[in-house]
Amino acid sequence: MGKRGKRKSLGKIKGFSIQFLPYSEIRNLDSTGRIKKILNIVLGNVILILQGKLRPEEETRLIEDTMAMIGHLKNFKGIELAVISGNGNEGLFGKMKRGLANALSGGDLGAVTIIGPATVVKEIKRNPRKIELMLKSS
Amino acid sequence: MAIRIFKNFFKRIFYNIFRNKREIKLGFYGPPNVGKTSLANRICKDFTGQEMGNVSKIPHETRNVQFKEKVEINYKGRTMTFKLIDTPGIATKIDYEDFLKYKLKKKEAKNRAKEATQGVIESIKWLDDMDIVVIILDATENPYNQVNITIVGNLVARKIPVLIVANKIDLKKSDIKKIEAAFPEYDVVGISAKYGKNLEEFYESVFKLSKKI
Repeated sequence: MGKRGKRKSLGKIKGFSIQFLPYSEIRNLDSTGRIKKILNIVLGNVILILQGKLRPEEETRLIEDTMAMIGHLKNFKGIELAVISGNGNEGLFGKMKRGLANALSGGDLGAVTIIGPATVVKEIKRNPRKIELMLKSS
Repeated sequence: MAIRIFKNFFKRIFYNIFRNKREIKLGFYGPPNVGKTSLANRICKDFTGQEMGNVSKIPHETRNVQFKEKVEINYKGRTMTFKLIDTPGIATKIDYEDFLKYKLKKKEAKNRAKEATQGVIESIKWLDDMDIVVIILDATENPYNQVNITIVGNLVARKIPVLIVANKIDLKKSDIKKIEAAFPEYDVVGISAKYGKNLEEFYESVFKLSKKI
């Protein structure tokens, strides 16, 4: 490497798994079942991409259950969570169309939820235009 | 149906008569280390002469919900009585190793992490008890953090009026516009709890918010 060759090292990433969970797999579950299913996947050191999003009270329940597990499960330090959904600037017709589609499907399918174990995902950086998953190097 | 309309009508009249005498439960929510306790302390000190809790550079200093009852806030000749409720910061992850960077001993760090996880659970449980909530964000940080969005979503679902406070505006890196852009449907007030900057606007907004209950 030359004088200017001080390149940022990417570090060694051991490898990670991503699992996609269609909304149909949680549609008929109650809140407890949904959280249990999500946490079971994340506890396997897998990054979960969920079609749709949880209800606000389910999101807080997910945080509560996560907190209850930290300290009780070896090497579990929590989760990183991000929900990407429409920005609500689609106008009245667009909102009505989305509302109807959500009512028919039983959930907001225009959204995507990313949940990863904190031991794998260091940070999820987001702004209105992009989302970045910063992984932990081993 | 008619009975219910009458009941609601009288309830509203009764509520409006006693609104100014009733104690309004005002919660301080937000991620760790944004200045929730600093703001609660500032208000308490201004109107009661006492502080509410300890502040620290180490995250998760507040690990239990703490409150101060019957705090009478006077603003422009008006007085309202509040119960101030300072809550532990809400996070999705807590790693005791992060506390080691602040020179805590391993045992202390582990204990702090354990108490912090319980504090997060306690904060969430208290959401149902609030009349109005002030969400405090660090104006130097990216506001598009899921914890912030989750707190707002839960308050909207519970129909609890919300005010967003962008704290630490004394710092060069602070950017209130970014917070306003992230939460366009809410009033955002920029303050510095540390130096007591712009608290007049904050009190004005809290009084305005109290009318929405």
